[in-house]
Amino acid sequence: MSFRPSNDDQVLRATGVWKSYDNQTVTVLSGVDFHASGGETIALCGPSGCGKSTLLHLLGGLDEPDRGEIFVNHQPLAGNGGGLSLLRHEVGFVFQLHHLIPDLTLEENCLIPTLAAGVSRRAARDRLGQLAEKTGLAHRLNHRIQKLSGGERQRTALCRALMNQPRILLADEPTGALDERTRSQVFQLLLELVATEGVTLVMATHDRALAELCQRTVVMKDGKVYES
Amino acid sequence: MLFLKLILTNLLRHRVRTLIGIAGIAFSVAAMLTVVTILQGAIGMFERILSNDSEFIVFERNVSDLFFSNVPGDAVDQIASWSMVQHAHPVLFGIVSSPDHPIITCFGVNAGDARIHDTEWLAGRRDDFAKNPRGVALGERAAEFLKARVGSEVPIGRETFPVVGVLKTANGFEDGGVFMPLAAAQHFFHKEGVSSVATVKLKSKEDKAAFKRAVEEKFPNLIALENEEFSRSYSQFRILKATAWAVGCCGLLLGGLGVANTMIMSVFTRIREIAILRVNGFSGAQIAGIIFGESALVSAAGALAGLLLGASVIATLQFVPMLHGYVDAHVQPVVLLAVMALACLTGLAGAFYPAIYAIRIRAVDALRFE
Repeated sequence: MSFRPSNDDQVLRATGVWKSYDNQTVTVLSGVDFHASGGETIALCGPSGCGKSTLLHLLGGLDEPDRGEIFVNHQPLAGNGGGLSLLRHEVGFVFQLHHLIPDLTLEENCLIPTLAAGVSRRAARDRLGQLAEKTGLAHRLNHRIQKLSGGERQRTALCRALMNQPRILLADEPTGALDERTRSQVFQLLLELVATEGVTLVMATHDRALAELCQRTVVMKDGKVYES
Repeated sequence: MLFLKLILTNLLRHRVRTLIGIAGIAFSVAAMLTVVTILQGAIGMFERILSNDSEFIVFERNVSDLFFSNVPGDAVDQIASWSMVQHAHPVLFGIVSSPDHPIITCFGVNAGDARIHDTEWLAGRRDDFAKNPRGVALGERAAEFLKARVGSEVPIGRETFPVVGVLKTANGFEDGGVFMPLAAAQHFFHKEGVSSVATVKLKSKEDKAAFKRAVEEKFPNLIALENEEFSRSYSQFRILKATAWAVGCCGLLLGGLGVANTMIMSVFTRIREIAILRVNGFSGAQIAGIIFGESALVSAAGALAGLLLGASVIATLQFVPMLHGYVDAHVQPVVLLAVMALACLTGLAGAFYPAIYAIRIRAVDALRFE
């Protein structure tokens, strides 16, 4: 499957991004260039510590690069007060660990992003109803997180990430903590959802088999990006 | 609703810690309420002593304490003779002692004074107070602790005085006090011809300004103040009130530190949760809102519990014989409001640093290392 987007279609672009830690003694990203187009699914592959998660955090506005620029929908992230607005409206995150709040129900966890964005309760519930149907969680809405299985928790995290209808979904090893069977189910669901929602998916993964299901695979090594 | 649940969830998750925070505020509020109310009550009693059937107090200008004030008898007589004055009564305050009771308040008064004239006499007759130049009337509690009754003699200082009556007053100072004929009191305290104050009632309230001017012109060493004016300006009252509020504020400060500790622990134990909220678009203000919300709930619950506790303590103190009449169980609304406001402010101040800390949590670090 090939995908050749034009520059105009790019919803996400990083140019010459550098990032280091510990007073710049550990360089994680060394001049990374990266782009993603609308509706594209991209797998970020590479060994542990190669900078996949760091790049995702920078793309989502959770962290700032030392140098270089990141554009979301052609708008520079830096100096745009963009992090918060981005997290509310443009970007959804799914992590390896589900990162749900255990004392809340599935429904309440999913409504958190809508509360942050000021979405009306009714609209939020309607949206959750749709997503819960698609993810097979409709019967579990009032259940606490502790009562859910690992796969259900990760599907809940996926619902939460898509609640505000983001244009970009950043997923950091989203199936890494699941068993093989559940991993395959959750990943298929992830692909179906991003396809039906028209979301751009950038996913960090070690799993070559899963990466091959994405439209494009980007390999990271020694802080640099190589198209496969 | 969800926002409220995010606030409540953490409080319910760590119930013991929450209860400790609430208890800290509750005890502080109860202490403040009790101290302030008791002192306000004591001040109120003293005010009522001075304002008994009168609206002006005349005393020596620039004295730090009414016990040191000397109002000449002829000045009181002249004031009483003014056409605008309905009556003027001299009152001499003093502290006397008897065996086992080193401090007893003594009131040197004339028989026509409202304290003698209008008060309920439990034993003895009013007329005897006028007739017997050394006969003393005792407050009910004073009669009790001096083990005295009408006809007996009570030792006061180096002298003994016959008891001519026992009075029932609603005022703790008076109830535990000794009422002595003015002349006897003047002799006893070596203050012949003077009183501590003159309590004055005017025929018409419209003459208040004229009365004050007249006192100032005729008696430059004296000052006439309306009762409320006196209460506001009398330095002893101000010191007492300031002390009460200062003690109360110290209590609340301790309570506030308890809340701060609760909130800091609350933030430290949910760093990952705060990071999750940040990743899901929560602003710094929304995060701070949760922390302040928790603190406000702890403070409000603590303040309510403290009010109940304080009210119970005050109500109980009323039944302690030694304190009879000293405690005014009526909590002034302004005191109530001030205590509640201070409790809430303390709670919010206690949440300030934890909120700042929570806002500064970097989601990316918290999620990476958790």
